[in-house]
Amino acid sequence: MSAETATAGSSSASAAPWAKAVPWRLLRRLTQAGILLLFFGGAWWDWPVLRGDLSASRVFGVIPLADPFAVLQILATGQALATTVLVGALIVVGFYTLVGGRVFCAWVCPVNAVADAAAWCRDRLGLRGPYRLPRRLRFMALGLSLILSALTGVAAFEWVSPVALAHRGLIFGIGLGWMAVLGVFLFDLFLAVNGWCSHLCPLGAFYSLVGWLRLCKVRFDHRRCDSCGACHRTCPVSHVLSLELLRRAGAVRHGDCLNCGRCISVCPQGALTFALSAPYLSRTPIQERNDA
Amino acid sequence: MKPTRRQFFTQWAQAAASGAVAGTIWYQLVTASAQADPAMVRPPGAREGKDFLARCIKCGSCVTDCPFQALRLARWGRENTPGTPFFVPREEPCHMCSDLPCVRACPTGALDPALRDINDADMGVARIDQQSCLAYLGLRCEVCYRVCPRIDTAVTLRYESQERSGNYAFVLPVVHDEECTGCGMCEHACPTDVAAIRVLPRRLVTGRVGKHYRLGRGDAGQISRDFRPATPHPDGSGGGEKRALEQLNKGAELYDDER
Repeated sequence: MSAETATAGSSSASAAPWAKAVPWRLLRRLTQAGILLLFFGGAWWDWPVLRGDLSASRVFGVIPLADPFAVLQILATGQALATTVLVGALIVVGFYTLVGGRVFCAWVCPVNAVADAAAWCRDRLGLRGPYRLPRRLRFMALGLSLILSALTGVAAFEWVSPVALAHRGLIFGIGLGWMAVLGVFLFDLFLAVNGWCSHLCPLGAFYSLVGWLRLCKVRFDHRRCDSCGACHRTCPVSHVLSLELLRRAGAVRHGDCLNCGRCISVCPQGALTFALSAPYLSRTPIQERNDA
Repeated sequence: MKPTRRQFFTQWAQAAASGAVAGTIWYQLVTASAQADPAMVRPPGAREGKDFLARCIKCGSCVTDCPFQALRLARWGRENTPGTPFFVPREEPCHMCSDLPCVRACPTGALDPALRDINDADMGVARIDQQSCLAYLGLRCEVCYRVCPRIDTAVTLRYESQERSGNYAFVLPVVHDEECTGCGMCEHACPTDVAAIRVLPRRLVTGRVGKHYRLGRGDAGQISRDFRPATPHPDGSGGGEKRALEQLNKGAELYDDER
């Protein structure tokens, strides 16, 4: 906790945090594109870095990676799986436990770029979706994925997932899969604000659950905040930025947070930054500890 | 505000109902999507039916590791079971790598790691269409025999005299189902416009005799197209319909003996 105190507790009010200077959106796009490129190179140019796709892959031919949610669904069908893919899933869960579950959504998932494009268009056109979906819908989808996997005998979400379809399609040939991607775009643009990623996608819901344990969080300095609401307006999951919660916890601890860095970039006061802190297990507000 | 009892139950009923409706539609989508094309030829070691479809995580690792780029992933709306690997022997067959790179690449075991010897693979079985096979039409071909990685084991040649002219001979390729791995080298190389020899998954083409049939003496378990009578007709042919009819009822004595 001493590092925390150094960065947040004792920082002077004039110097904005380092995180404000980082072009997070650009970094995010570069990461999304870069990961896709590495997979593509693995399939077509014999690059050794990442071979496979987001469902499962190997890093330099050695370290296995696997989509933990896909693995869960396969296990729900009652099928046994080889150790490789189980180890891969654990590695991935471990990684996202450190950096934040929905870092997958914001920094890796190709459909997120589509959803962001829809959001951008929607803002430009001044559209508000006619439907307001409840957020728990995606947790229902998560539950249904597992139930339907058991009933159909195949991984239920994997067989219809626009995420897997888009990513795999970009590497191995998409067929008519672009229609599903277009569907997500139109759904987000015309029907429901942030409809797919934050309200329907069970993979996002899964990573939200993982996200509650994360170490890397957006840190909030209540002494800088002047409650202007800029972060709230730019955040696609703005319920995680409730000022009341932020004041109490001193950081965004909600599992839905994407760690995308939008709020950090827009905050005129520099009240937000990325920082590491223990999983939010105790009820002791971090802010109080920092102030002490 | 705390919901009243009525609101509480209404909300749960709504959630359950929408879940059931969504679940039903989703169920149909999944079963339709996981409807395999029965003629699809899968990589070596692929498990049967649902076991394969359930375990395959659709990562394409077998595809990236296939040195001959024979494997590809089914595309949504183009091939059935999108995301799963298959190959089209006519375009690029399985080269039967002895180190099984595709099986080793599979992280889930959808391609069964128990497969150690590529010669035990069962991707399918080759079938010859005698109506369009050059050899059966009387030309000299043998291409499928020559390219077969298991030459003289999975494909052999059978020599038959040419009855029509009395000159020349048929040199006929014969597939031995129990040895054929279904690699598709033959289908790939077949020179006819549409391949006269083709690989199909075994379950599509093989029957099962059943235990209650009593097969001919001395030939039990060996009923096949290769079966030839021990004493050929003097003219070298099967003897035609006349002789067949003569022999048809002769077997009755044998049958009585066994009684």
